[in-house]
Amino acid sequence: MQISLTINGKQHSGDVEPRTLLVEFLRYQLGLTGTHVGCDTSQCGACTIHMNGKSIKACTLLAAQADGQDLTTIEGVAPSATELHPMQEAFRENHGLQCGFCTPGMIMSALAMVERHKGEDLDEKTIREELEGNLCRCTGYHGIVKAIAAGAKAMQASQGGA
Amino acid sequence: MYAFEYKKAFSLEDAKSAFDSADDGTFMAGGMTLIPTLKQRLAMPSDVIDLGGIEDLRGIFVDGDTVSIGAMTCHAEVAASTDVKNAIPALAYLASLIGDPQVRNRGTIGGSIANNDPAADYPGALVGLGATVHTTTREISADDFFTGMFETALEDGELVTKVTFPVPEVASYRKFPNPASRYAVVGAFVAKTKDGVRVAITGAGPTVFRVPEMEAALNTSFTPGAIADISVPADDLNSDLHATAEYRAHLISVMAKRAIADCV
Ligand SMILES: Cc1cc2nc3c(=O)[nH]c(=O)nc-3n(C[C@H](O)[C@H](O)[C@H](O)COP(=O)(O)OP(=O)(O)OC[C@H]3O[C@@H](n4cnc5c(N)ncnc54)[C@H](O)[C@@H]3O)c2cc1C
Ligand code: FES
Ligand code: FES
Repeated sequence: MQISLTINGKQHSGDVEPRTLLVEFLRYQLGLTGTHVGCDTSQCGACTIHMNGKSIKACTLLAAQADGQDLTTIEGVAPSATELHPMQEAFRENHGLQCGFCTPGMIMSALAMVERHKGEDLDEKTIREELEGNLCRCTGYHGIVKAIAAGAKAMQASQGGA
Repeated sequence: MYAFEYKKAFSLEDAKSAFDSADDGTFMAGGMTLIPTLKQRLAMPSDVIDLGGIEDLRGIFVDGDTVSIGAMTCHAEVAASTDVKNAIPALAYLASLIGDPQVRNRGTIGGSIANNDPAADYPGALVGLGATVHTTTREISADDFFTGMFETALEDGELVTKVTFPVPEVASYRKFPNPASRYAVVGAFVAKTKDGVRVAITGAGPTVFRVPEMEAALNTSFTPGAIADISVPADDLNSDLHATAEYRAHLISVMAKRAIADCV
């Protein structure tokens, strides 16, 4: 079946089988391989992207369900090809990763979390609770939590303290 | 995943005709249970009928003493709803404990109750509050809706359209989550309603159940102490690698007492 959708601000279309998962469509048909698959059980969050501004697990959605929707993947967050998003920069600076496999999903979850808690302080407890849907097998989370707190502050600052 | 036909329904009539014309159709809400089931090849429907396009199935309405929630309303919306937080804070809190943010953005109340996982949270709220399940053909009281492990009173092709909850005087939900999955090992929903106290336990048995002995004692004295000596026998409770039946029986008393303590 034919689907067409917006991804990172660009229009895409493709022919998919009804059983094609959204993450398969992104990775194998569009070559957007930043969205990872880490589990088969909808638990790890490596496949987290945004659909209409909400974080979702792209391994637990059919491509067909995304027909007509507006998606953002990790490829769409940096302001330009040479500049990192403040949240990406915060992960780099705070050792928010080791192997980096979970990082795209972590960053997409972090951005959704900042959005949900707009105007509130993102403390460590909130960040840890909000990361419930993302697993990391290497870092022990400490650096990730620090990175998200720093990234949230940097995003606030870059929006003029709003 | 086995191959299937995909159909998106935009109205209840669409959904019905797609279901009737399919060999072995299945409805899909958020897909949070259905898609993992299909991935594991545990189901092989001929047609998957996506309810995502039916706007009538969405939304939260509060009218005086009832809160009504459309079947396709996701957990995140219930958790964030100011209306729900004001009318039945325990219900918004329960929704906020389900899974993780990504799951709460997709999983729906209709899908959760139709699926009736023994460890799901919503059945506790429905039975604890004495809710009514509205379907395409009838109204079913929550006490009659959950019939067994992964079983409900729904007939083939019957759709949940909404759930209405009477607003209680006070209510609380306490859950002992599985540390890995966050599903309820035991969850206790306690409510003081105009028809008396209701105690609903989820996670512990094959399906949600009430504890009449606790309800009777709480109708006399609504305090944690009133149920201090009441325990639920372990005989019919679940035993698995997460918790033995005896441990679950113990948790029922602990969670129920904590829920009552929240209320008083
Ligand atoms: C990682 C993870 C963690 C989770 N943790 C929890 C938890 O802690 N607590 C908890 O309670 N749940 C938990 N869940 C389950 C989640 O809450 C979903 O609500 C549940 O899986 C149902 O999903 P859904 O609404 O997307 O329905 P679907 O998966 O789309 O459908 C489920 C079943 O219901 C049927 N159905 C759907 N809608 C209707 C309707 N309107 N009428 C009739 N039948 C219908 C479908 O045909 C299907 O059989 C978790 C799920 C995941 C993936
Ligand atoms: S790959 Fe999607 S949750 Fe693990
Ligand atoms: S950095 Fe390796 S999985 Fe998280």
